[in-house]
Amino acid sequence: MPFVPHTEDEVREMLATIGVDSVEDLFAEISADMRPKSFDLPEGLSEMEVLSRLEAMAAKNATNSVSFLGAGFYDHYIPAAVDALTMRGEFYTAYTPYQPEASQGTLQAIFEYQTAVTRLLGMECANASVYDGGTALYEALMMAVRKTKRRKIVVSEALNPIYRVMLGSYTSNLDLEFVTVPHRDGMTDIDGLKQAIDDSTAAVLVQNPNFFGSINDFTELFAAAKAAKAVSVISAYPVLQTLLKTPGAMGADVAVAEGQSLGLPLSFGGPYLGIMTCTKGMVRQMPGRIVGRTNDSQGRTGYVLTLQAREQHIRRQKATSNICSNQSLCALRALVHMCALGELGMKRAARVSVERAHICAEKLTAIPGVKMLTKGAFGNEFAVTLPVNAFEVIAKLTERGFVPGFPLGRYFDGLENGLLVACTEKTSEEQIGIFAEMLRGALK
Amino acid sequence: MKTIYEKSVAGREGCWPCEGMAEEAYIPKELLRDGDIGLPSASELDVVRHFTRLSQRNYGVDGNFYPLGSCTMKYNPKFTEVVAAMPGFTRLHPVLPQLRGAGGLCQGALQVMYDTENLLSEITGMAAFTLHPMAGAHGELTGVMLMAAYHKDRGNKKTKVIVPDSAHGTNPASAAIAGYDVVSVESKDGIVDPAALAEVLDDEVAGMMMTCPNTLGLFEKNLPEIVRMLRKVDALLYYDGANLNAIMGKMRVGDVGFDIVHLNLHKTFATPHGGGGPGSGPVGVSEKLVPFLPISRVAKREDGRYFLDYDQPKSIGYVAPFYGNFGVYLKAYAYILRLGGPGLTRATENAVLAANYMRARLSGHFEVPYDRICMHEFVASAAPQAKKGVHALDFAKGLLDKGYHAPTVYFPLIVPEAIMIEPTETENKETLDQFCDDLIELAGLVDTNPEVLTSAPVTLPVTRLDETKAARAMELTDDL
Repeated sequence: MPFVPHTEDEVREMLATIGVDSVEDLFAEISADMRPKSFDLPEGLSEMEVLSRLEAMAAKNATNSVSFLGAGFYDHYIPAAVDALTMRGEFYTAYTPYQPEASQGTLQAIFEYQTAVTRLLGMECANASVYDGGTALYEALMMAVRKTKRRKIVVSEALNPIYRVMLGSYTSNLDLEFVTVPHRDGMTDIDGLKQAIDDSTAAVLVQNPNFFGSINDFTELFAAAKAAKAVSVISAYPVLQTLLKTPGAMGADVAVAEGQSLGLPLSFGGPYLGIMTCTKGMVRQMPGRIVGRTNDSQGRTGYVLTLQAREQHIRRQKATSNICSNQSLCALRALVHMCALGELGMKRAARVSVERAHICAEKLTAIPGVKMLTKGAFGNEFAVTLPVNAFEVIAKLTERGFVPGFPLGRYFDGLENGLLVACTEKTSEEQIGIFAEMLRGALK
Repeated sequence: MKTIYEKSVAGREGCWPCEGMAEEAYIPKELLRDGDIGLPSASELDVVRHFTRLSQRNYGVDGNFYPLGSCTMKYNPKFTEVVAAMPGFTRLHPVLPQLRGAGGLCQGALQVMYDTENLLSEITGMAAFTLHPMAGAHGELTGVMLMAAYHKDRGNKKTKVIVPDSAHGTNPASAAIAGYDVVSVESKDGIVDPAALAEVLDDEVAGMMMTCPNTLGLFEKNLPEIVRMLRKVDALLYYDGANLNAIMGKMRVGDVGFDIVHLNLHKTFATPHGGGGPGSGPVGVSEKLVPFLPISRVAKREDGRYFLDYDQPKSIGYVAPFYGNFGVYLKAYAYILRLGGPGLTRATENAVLAANYMRARLSGHFEVPYDRICMHEFVASAAPQAKKGVHALDFAKGLLDKGYHAPTVYFPLIVPEAIMIEPTETENKETLDQFCDDLIELAGLVDTNPEVLTSAPVTLPVTRLDETKAARAMELTDDL
């Protein structure tokens, strides 16, 4: 039987030590009326059989198609060193670092991760990660509610709609009021957001670049929020954050991000990585694990989990959140990814991604009837309007193994002809050329 | 050990992801950041050495016995990593099945979800499962949200959730965050006492969260009566599946009458814990709660093709952006296929055997507050030793010096100086014996040479760390 080492002789010796006759005697307290009505599972397979069955299932996924899908989740290149280092058993098979002396590797890595993400976002403090970018945004909102003791949340409609629906689900039993400020042709309505903030506002939530790819400077908005004593929350895209004005420089109180594009494969939706950063003044409201630097009894530098008095295992129902496990291994991947590319490699990946998107936009808008929807500056993602329904064009092209982008009509009424297109440094100019030709053909 | 930032040398090049170095001509200057980011500049070898050294300052199951109670740190087989790394899975963009006509591009992944949900339903006796929750505690929150949706739909006015005092801290936190008042119920002789439960049970109770076997490693033999009591007030029974490793093939929570269960796939189904995550916390429900499950659900058409069903008017909505931590439950799926029903039952039997064996071997040397047949774990207490100045924490640190990860200490909260031990089914008898011998030897030092314990660990990269200073100084990044 796989993974159970005990021989029959050993089992007999162990039973004798315990003082029972059979293994079944150990389950005597489970009375007959509590026994399973069925346990109809297949027989076990050999390792080889499992692998060949799953290979066959993997082959049913058309992963060789060319894709311009983004919508917040991007296919960036991952250096080979990321897998090689993070798969080391000492990292991979470790538990949460509750015994710090035996977990300095995990703890120092988290400390270095906290350093990297605060620098990337221009913020002061970070936690050791939460489940994903959407959860990070929800937790940021709850930080604001606790801090301000207010209940009105002002949200930009240009924020990723997947996250907006997650916020709605998570807070459905809580007494909160959401005010959603509509986008204006794909632009974040900064004036509208400003006007929606008043002295009952707990938080204002925006995204940069927004869901349509448009880049903003929210400095004035955050100043207005500060004047109303509301908390400014921004969801950022970490790869582009190597180029863009930081949330910290704009005056954000909490900055969050989906960390998937920092060394994590798309993997059909997870595991991903929720990055959370904040100002020093907000850190005691921040949920989850946080690592701090300290000294050992001989004065040497070491690392421990800190500020644990906020956490569920101590505070139970009075904790800042119920989060227990985080995405430690994903955070490690993000750190190794950023270190392997380094300062220059990270910037290069971002610059090339932006360049490819601009080349792509130029090629697509040269097709009659295709117009830019995204106005002003954009990074590696942009939206166009087609002369026909985008769902139909996508269906036509995916049949040929080509995924042209995300249909905006899925979440936005009136944008049924809108197509959201993303490029990364992995997108080749040749692929862009094929895209333009295929789209031209499909629209004829 | 120096940080990677201290080792950084400005201008040193790492791994280039691509050629070309376009200027920032496309984005106006006022939208760009000022100055450098402050990420490391290091060669690839610098980076490889740094993280290899860091890994060597860590304990993992691959190198060390991890008898952590309540955590089920069993061996994580290697073949599941091969499965999770198959490009046919890793390269799939999650919005793909949401495009019209593109469901055909990910039939294999949808089948993994469909099969996994069905296997978990059969293992636990539940009507249906969602794989969306991204960790055990996330599963708890989802479960309590399902509870709330059920009562709201029936027009019930319920404000309270009952949680036994022996529960994991996440249970009360999850109930509170979902908007409920938390009511504690005291254990008697280590298990939930129906009489004590009767005192706090009324029409305001939405549900009760239970762990069975509980965190003392004891089986809750009054379950049928507890179920009957809760049914009378239309309250739901929630099962914290952290301890499922103790009952596979022996009891199904659905058959006993639980309405909601979350599983920690990284525990029972052997997916590595990664130093704290990612996990996966699927939630199973009884028939009456199926309409409330999160969006979307995977379903199968008559022609055998799989699709995602978004048409769920009573659903609690989205708890995750997509379908949960796919890469994690893929490993659990492969593990279940490998063991099959008989293998899972055998795992449970041997986990319980190993725990009872260690309990029997250690009970003469430590106080064992509930010294009777336990399930997959048991709680010892260092209370007698603590009177002589050697605490549970000192034993934990002493074990680190011996090359073990320490057991869980100071939990559950209801046993003073608790040392909670869970050996799991994958450790061989030599390891169990050696661990018992070593722990007994440490117990012997309490009277002869307690310093060995109170000053431990001395063999690791650092000695005991000043946690108070860490909280006060709040040095959370490498910046001055």
